[in-house]
Amino acid sequence: MEVEETRLPGVGLRHDLSTRAGRRVGVVSQVNGDRELVIFDDDDPDLVRTSVRLTSEEGAALADLLGAPRVVERLARLREQVQGLTTAGVVLPEGSPFATGTLGETEIRTRTGASVVAVVRDGEVTPSPTPDFRFAAGDKVVVVGTDDGVAAVRRRLGG
Amino acid sequence: MGTAQLLLELGAVLFGLGLVGRLASRAGLSPVPLYLLAGLAFGTGGLLPLAAPDGFFEVGSEIGVVLLLLMLGLEYSADELFGQLRRQAPVGVVDVVLNGAPGAVVALVLGWGPLGALAMAGVTAVSSSGIVAKVLTDLGRLGNRETPVVLGVLVLEDLAMAVYLPLLTALLAASGAGPMLVSVAVAASVLVLVLVVARRHGHLLSRLLASDSSETLLLLVLGLALLVAGAAEGVHVSAAVGAFLLGIAISGEVATSARPLLEPLRDLFAAVFFVFFGLTTDPRVLPQALAPVAVLVVAGVATKMATGWLAARRAGIGPGGRIRAGAALVPRGEFSIVIAGLVGSAVDPLFAPTVAAYVLVMAVLGPLAPRVTDPLAHRAAVRARRAAAG
Repeated sequence: MEVEETRLPGVGLRHDLSTRAGRRVGVVSQVNGDRELVIFDDDDPDLVRTSVRLTSEEGAALADLLGAPRVVERLARLREQVQGLTTAGVVLPEGSPFATGTLGETEIRTRTGASVVAVVRDGEVTPSPTPDFRFAAGDKVVVVGTDDGVAAVRRRLGG
Repeated sequence: MGTAQLLLELGAVLFGLGLVGRLASRAGLSPVPLYLLAGLAFGTGGLLPLAAPDGFFEVGSEIGVVLLLLMLGLEYSADELFGQLRRQAPVGVVDVVLNGAPGAVVALVLGWGPLGALAMAGVTAVSSSGIVAKVLTDLGRLGNRETPVVLGVLVLEDLAMAVYLPLLTALLAASGAGPMLVSVAVAASVLVLVLVVARRHGHLLSRLLASDSSETLLLLVLGLALLVAGAAEGVHVSAAVGAFLLGIAISGEVATSARPLLEPLRDLFAAVFFVFFGLTTDPRVLPQALAPVAVLVVAGVATKMATGWLAARRAGIGPGGRIRAGAALVPRGEFSIVIAGLVGSAVDPLFAPTVAAYVLVMAVLGPLAPRVTDPLAHRAAVRARRAAAG
């Protein structure tokens, strides 16, 4: 996959790529910070069929949605590459002592040496949750650490 | 004249322009032709001649030209300009020759002489980057693959303007072959000097202007622009070009933060400029200009379509994109008027009314051109795809 960069003099930059299925998508970044998501036409490879104007906030949200699962994916790959490092998704059960607590209260990093890298709730990913992140029962907590560390997290969360 | 009358008439004109601008944006039109119409209506020989605000409008329109060109320069860095010039120089030459020719020929036929031909060539050659950029944005075409080609042509035209305007000013100011050569040489060397300095030492200028408060930045940039414009005018390089070159020299963060500050000012004074041009043009002469304008419009659409086609083909764009590139380049606007403003009545009394009528038509027709040619572009693209597949 190759991302092509094109200068738009006086306007900004366009980045675009072809998907494996043959569709072409791109992003126009204007100098003033506006972003436009563009999808190219099937009949005419030079024509944008749909363009969606995004504020910088909306663009960031969309990038999170598209990019966050890749964080988890990359971790899975990382685990295969680094011996002794384990990732696991620990589901927070109803009766867990932390079912309504915050990430900070679990003291996972201090007590187990493992790190929480993401939380998945109803299919939505929160990458790198902050210590004040509040859990809910059913959350899948993605942790990285040694085998022992991950097992300790499992016990601590009651999973 | 009392202050009360000045404020009343000025207020009435600006308020009227605002209403007209709102109508224009509802109809998807550029407000430029409507500003011109308003000027024509309020000027000498118009429907409702105004007595008072001439003084303000005269100064305001000078500031308008300075701001129009300053903002244009701020959009580009010297590197971007030189880069485009290296990659696209042949396209620029085709564009200027193809689109300048009809203007030059019509001017010669009307007996306006070589200077009139040069001025009219400029009027018909240069697209309105303001209108083109707005149409591309409104139609969601910034991402199209032919768009960099269109924007590239605009950059080259702007660069050509930086050479053309001082030459034209120098030629208009001088009389006789000797003084003409001298003033052209002065203009050209100032131009080269500024471009080289801007490229090497532009960051020093940006450092001088950098400031935390937006108020200070506004005053510094605007003040320097007027100083440079005045100095340029003093050596017959034209205030507009001075401002344009300053805009190019200012780069980086200063340019980024100065742009939104200057935008409302530019909008105000550019409107004043267009109205003033209309005010000083006598609408009673317009009927005489109809025949040449009709020829110029037909030729102007055709030559821009051809330019777009050639430029896009050179960049490897398909036939659909080539048609779209041509249609996008059709609008003429602010720069044609800037040229006509420089010329004034030096060439022929009919010059300004001809340009006014030409821009009126092209600025209205321009934004419609892409919509009209779209079915054509689509058919061309589909046919090309079938040909490639079969």
